[in-house]
Amino acid sequence: MTDPMRADSIDAVHTMLSAQHYVADRGLATSIFLALRLGRPLLLEGEAGVGKTEVAKALASALGTELIRLQCYEGLDVTHAVYEWNYARQLLEIRLMEAGGTVDRKAAARELFSDEFLIKRPLLRALDDGSGSPPVLLIDELDRADEEFEGYLLELLSDFQISIPELGTVRASTPPIVIITSNRTRELHDALKRRCLYCWIDYPSFEKELGIVTARVPDAPTHLATQVTAFVQELRTAELYKVSGVSETLDWIAALVALDRDELDAATVDETLGIILKNQEDLDAIRGERVQTLLNRAAARSRS
Amino acid sequence: MSALFRNLLHFARLLHGLGLDVPAGRMVDVGRALQNVDLGARADVYYTLRSLLVHRRRDLAVFDEAFRVFWRPVRGDRTQLDLRALGERRKFGAPEMLGPVGDHDATTAQAPVVQIQRTAPASASSQEALRTKDFSEFTADEILEAERMLSRLEWAPPSRRTHRWRSGAGAVLDLRQALRASTRHGGEPMVLPTRRRRTRTRPLLLLCDVSGSMEGYTRMLLQFIYGVSVGRERVEAFVFATRLSRLTALLARRGAGRILTHLARHVPDLAGGTRTGEAIRTFHRTWARRLGVRSAVVLLISDGWDRGDPDLLREGMARLQRSCHRLIWLNPLLGSPSYTPATRGMRAALPFVDDFLPAHNLASLDALASHLNALSARAVSHGVAPFSRGGHAPAATVAATSWN
Repeated sequence: MTDPMRADSIDAVHTMLSAQHYVADRGLATSIFLALRLGRPLLLEGEAGVGKTEVAKALASALGTELIRLQCYEGLDVTHAVYEWNYARQLLEIRLMEAGGTVDRKAAARELFSDEFLIKRPLLRALDDGSGSPPVLLIDELDRADEEFEGYLLELLSDFQISIPELGTVRASTPPIVIITSNRTRELHDALKRRCLYCWIDYPSFEKELGIVTARVPDAPTHLATQVTAFVQELRTAELYKVSGVSETLDWIAALVALDRDELDAATVDETLGIILKNQEDLDAIRGERVQTLLNRAAARSRS
Repeated sequence: MSALFRNLLHFARLLHGLGLDVPAGRMVDVGRALQNVDLGARADVYYTLRSLLVHRRRDLAVFDEAFRVFWRPVRGDRTQLDLRALGERRKFGAPEMLGPVGDHDATTAQAPVVQIQRTAPASASSQEALRTKDFSEFTADEILEAERMLSRLEWAPPSRRTHRWRSGAGAVLDLRQALRASTRHGGEPMVLPTRRRRTRTRPLLLLCDVSGSMEGYTRMLLQFIYGVSVGRERVEAFVFATRLSRLTALLARRGAGRILTHLARHVPDLAGGTRTGEAIRTFHRTWARRLGVRSAVVLLISDGWDRGDPDLLREGMARLQRSCHRLIWLNPLLGSPSYTPATRGMRAALPFVDDFLPAHNLASLDALASHLNALSARAVSHGVAPFSRGGHAPAATVAATSWN
């Protein structure tokens, strides 16, 4: 649909994301615009549930290009991130060759380790996409992967090429648009950060969060949306182990709509609090009188 | 453009002076980026510079202030803050000097590592006597001697199995290697290479009580913490009395001898009262997620004299045990045969402690080292603490005597 080059100004990026129901502030729109323009990876940091992953999804659909996602975890290695050989098929192929009586060592090696037996994992797919427009490569929660993988990624992001010993080097004709997210459960290496554009996504303000809620859950009554947003905003100021993110707000309001509620009262909060607080200590701390206090403060906030 | 570029270079130097990490060559990117941005729109210029010049959250505030000061509009909008107050003083920090402590480290690093037992003759030599003497009874000379002995403590932190593989001598077939090898034999797998899991050192988290009641032990325990952390990755140390202070950076920069003087200056609550529960809560809120304690062995060093809320302590301990690999409480008082963990704080904490061990003399720290070496590399390690189920007194006595 849209050519990345047509995202030719910060405003254009902003409009493009709004069309995907993604509410971005000026800072984020600028970072995305520059990432597209300069061809640099964009590193998004922020607490869980502030919409880091959504940026990549919205961007991919706005640009009408494929989203390739690599979810990171500890121990993520080449066979899951880059490529693996299809051993079962290789073994079968050897037997077929034998049956055909054509086993020639050199030819066998060449044939067995050809493109046909290669299972492409996200990073390799992102380089070797085949389609014309560069895909969006989302490397999600990089802080969960270990340092070894980070080192590998650093190398990949500098030349956008992958060498496979048995096959040769794969180089990207057009480098993918790379979005990296981190929840900051550990600091990423500075070398990697230097390679990227950086944007810290904070919890949104009341107005922005209300904007997100109305964009994402359009069938929620305005009154309810305002109440829920104000309550969550108040909740974030309480001392909690785990502060709830925007995604939890969205889940909560969707649940309330499904339950046909149009008013947030203490009883409703009590019944559904588990959607936004997922920690027994936090639930215990908030349940009871605290709910009413928070509701009152929320009401005061949404009126002002 | 050239005047702008000159200003940009000045700005980069300013940021560098404020402690931001601005890589060489980054200004070329900034120049390229600004060609795509409306220079009249101050906010856009700001965001452009920010995404290229900042890559750590903690630098954001410094950058904001520097931007406001440097790219000041002709009138108004003046900053309230002097840049120097913001952190330019970092440049003028005290020079790092290698004092006697540094030299001492250098010699021990070269000396062969000898375990304390082996250096001590079998007879009741002065060293042997020192090994079992309570830290709080040490004379100044004995402290120095003990510090030397402590620096030779043989310490192999426990390791854990990772999800990564390495080839060779394992139970699982390495198919990739097998297939590659088989092509040499016309597709017949003649050899079957295997692979196994790699292991990695477990992170170690030390939380040490430095309140008034611990005073007799603080110096030796800090020496112990220094000995454990120096030259090792993945060791995090905190001290607490009423508040929690992170020690890790200090340990990396200073020798153990200096830590105490530094603490006196930087930890306002040194030798104050104890609020263990609050300290643990601060740890959970501020540090636990960033440091990743899930696979860590946690050593909490305290005598259990706690003036804080026992419920808070109970909650914090429960959470700490749930979020780490193994939670070990080291109590210097456990060295005394007559000690019973009867204080409110200790009683609240004990149900969540995996190991309750003494830490009052060199022999007990030695025993701790071998206990840690023996911890499993597998995931699950929590056991009910051997001394926590009723009848504290006899169990504690057994523990104390067996390591004395």
